[in-house]
Amino acid sequence: MFTIPPFAQLKAKVGFCTDADAQRSLRANHLNIDDLAALLSPEADKHLEAMAERSADITAQRFGKTTQIYAPLYVSSFCTNRCSYCGFAADNKIERRILSLEEAESEAMLLQQRGFNHILLVSGEAPAKLGVEYLEKLALLLRHRFAAISIEVQPLATEEYARLFAAGITSVAIYQETYDRKTYNKVHLGGMKSDFEFRLDTPARAAAGGMREVGIGTLLGLADWRTEGLALGLHLAWLRKNFWRTAITVSFPRLRPAAGEFEPLCTVTERDLSHLIFALRLFDPDVGIILSTREEARYRNGMIGLGPTRYSAGSCTAPGGYSDPEISGEQFAIGDHRSIQEVCAAIRQKGYDPVRKDWDAGFQLH
Amino acid sequence: MLKIADRTFRSRLFLGTGKFSSAETLKKTIEASGSEMITVALRRVDLNDPADDIMNVLDRDKYLFLPNTSGARDAKEAVRLARLARAAGSGDWLKLEVTPDPRTLLPDPIETLRATEELAKEGFIVLPYMNGDPILALRLQDAGAAAVMPLGAPIGTNLGLITKFQVEIIIDQARVPVIVDAGLGAPSDAALAMEIGADAVLVNTAISVAGDPVKMAAAFAGAVEAGRAAYEAGLGRKSAEASASSPLTGLDFIKT
Repeated sequence: MFTIPPFAQLKAKVGFCTDADAQRSLRANHLNIDDLAALLSPEADKHLEAMAERSADITAQRFGKTTQIYAPLYVSSFCTNRCSYCGFAADNKIERRILSLEEAESEAMLLQQRGFNHILLVSGEAPAKLGVEYLEKLALLLRHRFAAISIEVQPLATEEYARLFAAGITSVAIYQETYDRKTYNKVHLGGMKSDFEFRLDTPARAAAGGMREVGIGTLLGLADWRTEGLALGLHLAWLRKNFWRTAITVSFPRLRPAAGEFEPLCTVTERDLSHLIFALRLFDPDVGIILSTREEARYRNGMIGLGPTRYSAGSCTAPGGYSDPEISGEQFAIGDHRSIQEVCAAIRQKGYDPVRKDWDAGFQLH
Repeated sequence: MLKIADRTFRSRLFLGTGKFSSAETLKKTIEASGSEMITVALRRVDLNDPADDIMNVLDRDKYLFLPNTSGARDAKEAVRLARLARAAGSGDWLKLEVTPDPRTLLPDPIETLRATEELAKEGFIVLPYMNGDPILALRLQDAGAAAVMPLGAPIGTNLGLITKFQVEIIIDQARVPVIVDAGLGAPSDAALAMEIGADAVLVNTAISVAGDPVKMAAAFAGAVEAGRAAYEAGLGRKSAEASASSPLTGLDFIKT
């Protein structure tokens, strides 16, 4: 089982790095975890330009002149967790909704009409309301119509992941939010999510269940981003060693305004976010990097080709929001309101090919 | 002329279609390459969609469409992909890729052999992507592969023909054509592969990610022709010692 060293220890490791360390790591051919620490350290700040250049080179070589496109599909806003930063938190007074299978299907078909071929099913964590059965049924309804179906829902057991894989789910995203145990306990006030260890072990269970891809990530704005980056690198490297058949993606969502009016515990600027992305790309040339509509159009345009490999587009974070744009009860306010066509046009403008299909859920069926 | 199964090819440069910035660039690149066999990842195209932008670029009267099973993690998945593709009208030709490690995309020898056996039995013309392993090449050939495709280096690395020693043995031993696939980073790498007697090369990343893919495709085409011509002309042996161009010591004194 993966264990994470104390956050303070990791923070000290980043803090001790010198400029010489940063420069050596920037030139290294094969980066290890010490190199990642050096590249995340304040000493590396002045080398951001060089990091960006190398990150862009590696990304083009490994992923080509392409950017993958997907959209989230929120199926339920019911949640038993009390996470102080999240609009879906159990004690927030918002209008709750769970889509019936028919409603979810028609939302999915709307996304398909708009040009999406990869959807991410998202829900709050309320297993009694929305369990494996629901996801399995929905996957069976959608698997022949989409190239890839990912999920971002409550943590499940290995056998449950295997069951969903067989139904056509291709990948699982499960973010630790913060690798700092102290902060974790402070913001996760109740519900299943308040168990740090159980959540930390979830990506491994998803991989063991046979998923093609597992996504990990941290929610930026909770703890020191440099240290989060190093912790994420450790988690990533551990998953690589133990589940060599599983593709890994990382994501660095920055806190957005949401119901409950939570103030970020620390500031993470666009420059910091870019720094994190470049450092992770140099550390792991093959990792998929997701940049969602939490970020603004201007920033997302600028980042095309520099490290991220997958963009969401035209997103709505409230269940039912694609058929009814007036609907309330969103998880958070998004930053990039462009349609898939506009996002694809921006990607083409940069000399990259927006890729909507990169698998076929039908390939993994019997 | 190169012959694979029952088909002949004038060009010995085959092209991969991933990683291009647009279907338009891909189209121009294919033309500049002079290639007659183009491989396409089944995961990337929708064979049932007449508007698929990659498939629309491929004039199937002009080019042999070689679908590949990129993304398959084991023989079962690869066989399933192949059958689905054939059912959708992709034909019998298949580039078999079984790459369980998403990082290196190195081919799994055991699963590749299993899938080759199965697919050859089902009538596919199987071209398996393989590591530089001479015995595996023989086993794949015996299992019914129409050609073997040893890698020069891992996909996308541009490291060149780092498997040269093994590929030379494969070329020596194989009855079926040998196509060096993956890792060739520069036209000189392709020329080298052709000089040592490879029947063809397959290139993707070095062309698609180049500053000017169309120009780079033409450069590879030239290198492949030059390398082939050199192989046919018979290359001189490499030696650490100098030897005079006009020999000073004849063997005239020997009585015949």
